[in-house]
Amino acid sequence: MEAGIVSYGAYVPRYRITPEEIGRVWGADGVAMGQGLGVKRKSVPAPDEDTITISTEALRTALVRGRIDPQEIGALYVGSESHPYAVKPTATVVAQAVGATPNLTAADFEFACKAGTAAIQTCLGLVGAGMIRYGVAIGSDTSQGAPGDALEYSASAGGAAFIIGREKVLAKVLHTLSYTTDTPDFWRREGQRYPSHSGRFTGEPAYFRHVTECAHRIMERAGTTPREYAHVVFHQPNGKFPQRVGRQLGFTEEQMRLGLVTPSIGNTYSGAALIGLANVLDSAKPGDRILVVGYGSGAGSDAFDLEATEAIAGYDRSFGRPVQSYLDQGTEIPYAVYAKFRGKIHMGGS
Amino acid sequence: MSIARFWRETPQRYNLGGARCPRCHTVYFPPRSVCPACAQHRQTLGHLEPFQLSGEGSVVSYTVVHDAAEGFEMQVPYILAIVRTVEGPQLTGQVVDVDPNEVAIGMRVRATFRKLREEGKAGVIHYGYKFAPAEEPIRRAEPRGPEEAALVRAGPGTASA
Repeated sequence: MEAGIVSYGAYVPRYRITPEEIGRVWGADGVAMGQGLGVKRKSVPAPDEDTITISTEALRTALVRGRIDPQEIGALYVGSESHPYAVKPTATVVAQAVGATPNLTAADFEFACKAGTAAIQTCLGLVGAGMIRYGVAIGSDTSQGAPGDALEYSASAGGAAFIIGREKVLAKVLHTLSYTTDTPDFWRREGQRYPSHSGRFTGEPAYFRHVTECAHRIMERAGTTPREYAHVVFHQPNGKFPQRVGRQLGFTEEQMRLGLVTPSIGNTYSGAALIGLANVLDSAKPGDRILVVGYGSGAGSDAFDLEATEAIAGYDRSFGRPVQSYLDQGTEIPYAVYAKFRGKIHMGGS
Repeated sequence: MSIARFWRETPQRYNLGGARCPRCHTVYFPPRSVCPACAQHRQTLGHLEPFQLSGEGSVVSYTVVHDAAEGFEMQVPYILAIVRTVEGPQLTGQVVDVDPNEVAIGMRVRATFRKLREEGKAGVIHYGYKFAPAEEPIRRAEPRGPEEAALVRAGPGTASA
């Protein structure tokens, strides 16, 4: 497969809230909750941010860094479970905002937390077939958990954009493989404000089975073992699941270190594995082999076997911020402000 | 604001699309069809070229709004500033991601893409430019060829690198 990642950009909103602060409001031990989840704080979008604005910021960074003419984008897909409109694409606004319109195909993807990786696979197909020069895959979310629910301690906001092409590739996609079944671990019915989940069922039969199977199968196809990878990135609904699955598969803490961003910003859903990958690419060296295994409830995993090329050494990251700065910085807000920003306060009226 | 009116202004609101006089190179935002800076301005009528602002600029003046306009109640106190763009035009916009006590005249800012307002719970959502503090010293991109010149089309805030 000749196609790969030619540029990328990530964006995480400025505000943060701690599990301790959330627990304080609901009479729960937030510190223990945060430790149990492996989440120190989570990002919160400002009232004027949503999946469309996060996607646009991430893509603008990717376009400038890659010195790519937006008019050369032939396909643009935004994967999210928090598209601002139920009907009307996120992708058209993003495409217009970066100057990619009108000669492109665009659509919104939805597959819980793995819609962004599904978009990468679609772009690889279109680019590989020679139908388009560049494809854009974005994973971005401003997800919410119901107030007081366990999800509220981790559901956060952020996204990353990847430009897929065949020229000046930073990371070749050597293999990609998916593992998909019908598993009802997490869902949101039409018209419902907050998602529902099946508690402990979201673990073994859902996340762990799909991620483990997908990782085993792609390494079998690639003829590799965990030792050959410099970095590994898993979907990270919390800080604990990815570390546990990584250890089970035989990866070391060092291999997992850069790909794990959820402890600092929370679970950005469709953005989670992709922001982790962006953090890895911020430091990757030519020849580094990278394994990415995403996961989306419902359920499925998409895996990518990547190899950083010589081009990554000369990649200009001076525009936009490195992922590490989003992990280290941020403005903490109290729960009341968070509730106001996220529209959780009833303002009267209908 | 009607959908049609907002939609017509999309190039300006999303991408800071202005106009430039081919004779004296004065840049206008919003775009104009005649260049009043030229002595023979009538001859410029219809000849101004589309020109996209980079989105980079600095705060000329600002105010902190505590009594919000309708639709902005959730954001008080918020900063409204006059920003002088590096290309020349001055425009008014919100400055986000900075506390009111941290904003200052002369502060370098960069255009960012945000939600401007929503037409209620069921109506359309309007998006457009706001400004945020520039993260690092602004370095102007000197287009080195058609590929980079085309970067300007990527939208405000993208022309530095």
